[in-house]
Amino acid sequence: MSIQPGLAKGFFALLHRDLVLGIRHRHELLNPLLFFVIVVTLFPLGITPEASILKAIGPGVIWIAALLATMLGLDHLFRADFDDGSLEQMLLSTQPIPILVLGKVLAHWCITGLPLVLVSPLLAIFLNIPPDLIPTLMLSLIIGTPTLSFIGAIGVGLTVGLRGGGMLLSLLVLPLYVPVLIFGASIVQTAIGGMNPAGQFYVLGALLVFSMTLSPLATAAALRIAVH
Amino acid sequence: MSASLEAQNLQCIRDFRMLFSCLNLQLQNGEAVQVQGPNGAGKTTLLRILCGLRSPDEGKILWKGRDIAEDRAEFQATLAYVGHAHGIKGDLTPLENLRFWSTIHPVKQDLIISEVLQAVGLGAYENILSRRLSAGQRRRVAIARLLITDARLWILDEPFTAIDTEGIRMIEKVISQHVEQGGMAVLTSHQPVTLDCGMLRTLRLQ
Repeated sequence: MSIQPGLAKGFFALLHRDLVLGIRHRHELLNPLLFFVIVVTLFPLGITPEASILKAIGPGVIWIAALLATMLGLDHLFRADFDDGSLEQMLLSTQPIPILVLGKVLAHWCITGLPLVLVSPLLAIFLNIPPDLIPTLMLSLIIGTPTLSFIGAIGVGLTVGLRGGGMLLSLLVLPLYVPVLIFGASIVQTAIGGMNPAGQFYVLGALLVFSMTLSPLATAAALRIAVH
Repeated sequence: MSASLEAQNLQCIRDFRMLFSCLNLQLQNGEAVQVQGPNGAGKTTLLRILCGLRSPDEGKILWKGRDIAEDRAEFQATLAYVGHAHGIKGDLTPLENLRFWSTIHPVKQDLIISEVLQAVGLGAYENILSRRLSAGQRRRVAIARLLITDARLWILDEPFTAIDTEGIRMIEKVISQHVEQGGMAVLTSHQPVTLDCGMLRTLRLQ
């Protein structure tokens, strides 16, 4: 007799494993975060310290930097598992691959995306975004950055088996990131203009649900091809 | 109906080169096959096809008479594969590695992972990060993975790489026991393998 592990158990086990691995590999985790902070702090130096201009470009700058930082960390999503054979073992497991992908992407977001959200209030102050809009900015990033991770996962799945797939990954993923960027950045801009950004929030939320539902399926199919 | 693995008419073409064609293989309970052949003959590719990671260019694999491409879940529940890359995470200890693996695979009842690690000679190393272990010790962790499942079919790609003579005897014993209890094993190895009991056939790839 054997014990068949349940669905939730496999999901949480993978989530837990990847979080432990992430914490033991802190330097990799710090890379996108450092990039995010550096890019945003260079803007006032490079353009102008003029408060009104910074306020106008601030939300866009933070969103662009968050998007690029997410892309920077994407390649790590499946790379290590692909190289050491863990990915093969997962594909041969009895767990459905989409559930495992969901766990992996969520863990990856907790390690690379969540720190960006947490550090964003500080950067908002650098860029003269009104303090009362900081919760709005954080909320937009909390909804937006997991969407970026989920969309990115499909691209990583497709390119993980290729040598030097990094360039291809950017080309595949960037066009799909554009809607998230447009709606995400315009949330705070709208709020600065004194209007209600609920509409953009709804679209961003819809994008998150959409990518969270479909990306694990597409990524699972891509991974099967990658290990072929 | 007894469990059986059957490969019918397999063909594999890689980089415009025919690795093998019209390959037939039948494996019953209590049998083991050693795949032999020179480097580049397609041993690893064959093993990957047998476990369903790669689909053959022609032919099919049947498990209990059913195509594995149609019923992946049932086949994978009875399969344990140790590949070239052994799937051991360097930043986890052997214990954590096996504990994770036991949550995504069906495992034996009343399993105690520490005892399994003891059995493969890693009792003293269960809490040391795997990347600090030697190559042979990491391979032993991968072998331990076989022992926590009660998979019927073992597919082992070069299980003896980097293992010392004592370890080779240990692995041979583990495979013998598995085969004796009605399991099946397909393995590649460049060195002669002696099983204490059970049948070991040889399949030669040119």
